[in-house]
Amino acid sequence: MNTFYFIAFLSIFFSILVITAKNPVHSILYLILTFFTFTIHYILLNAQFLAIVNFIVYMGAILVLFLYTLMLINLNKESEPAKSNLVKIAGVIGGCCFLVTIIASLKALGASPAVVLKDPSLGLVKNLGKVLFNEYLLPFEISSVLLLSAMVGAVLLATKEPKTT
Amino acid sequence: MENITNTIQTIPLNEYILLSSIIFSIGVIGVLIRRNAIVIFMSVELMLNAVNLLLTAFSVYHGDASGQVFVFFIMALAAAEVAVGLAIIVMIYRNTNSIDINVLNRLKW
Repeated sequence: MNTFYFIAFLSIFFSILVITAKNPVHSILYLILTFFTFTIHYILLNAQFLAIVNFIVYMGAILVLFLYTLMLINLNKESEPAKSNLVKIAGVIGGCCFLVTIIASLKALGASPAVVLKDPSLGLVKNLGKVLFNEYLLPFEISSVLLLSAMVGAVLLATKEPKTT
Repeated sequence: MENITNTIQTIPLNEYILLSSIIFSIGVIGVLIRRNAIVIFMSVELMLNAVNLLLTAFSVYHGDASGQVFVFFIMALAAAEVAVGLAIIVMIYRNTNSIDINVLNRLKW
């Protein structure tokens, strides 16, 4: 029980650091730590497949992509012009209003039952694979088309336009 | 393994909802207060992850594997989104020499 609260505290702490760090590279490094705490959350929920996928896809692929882009366009200096304080305060108040609304509606619901893992094999690869390839076969195939089109789009956008002379 | 499974037995579902909504709001605040396009993009990733965690918690709570399959699809979507989004940011940087979103305010109209 204490493990969950400790990891939850770490997630919140690091995600606050992500949005407050001045240097974008530091932001990305804190984001990696945040995603690592999320991986631990998945392990605590016994969702082992998601833990591994989160580890590989998010921490391995997506954040390396971020880091590469940031370093390639050489923005790792602290050159970001700060927004005016008024806009910052308005943004924080807006976000906090959103949070208060959700917490208030949560309080209105009253106490909730504990999260109990009824079936320990729920998040294992064997079980998820069966569900994925039986019920969700068509969405799975469509997501492969989505990935292909994203790849083509990224290459098309990021390559320099050829000289049309 | 027995140990891990016992760990979550005592955590109310509300705690997961609370954690996810806190992290989601941090993402919202990040989008609102930063001007660097890449940091804004990272805040969006933070929001996606908060939703992922909540979906997993609900999936375990109901004993239904569909939630975790959905999280898997969201991860594939996030990968595609990041690839296209970063390509767009690189192109914006090439055209304007900056990734400050206030430079892009001509998109308003």
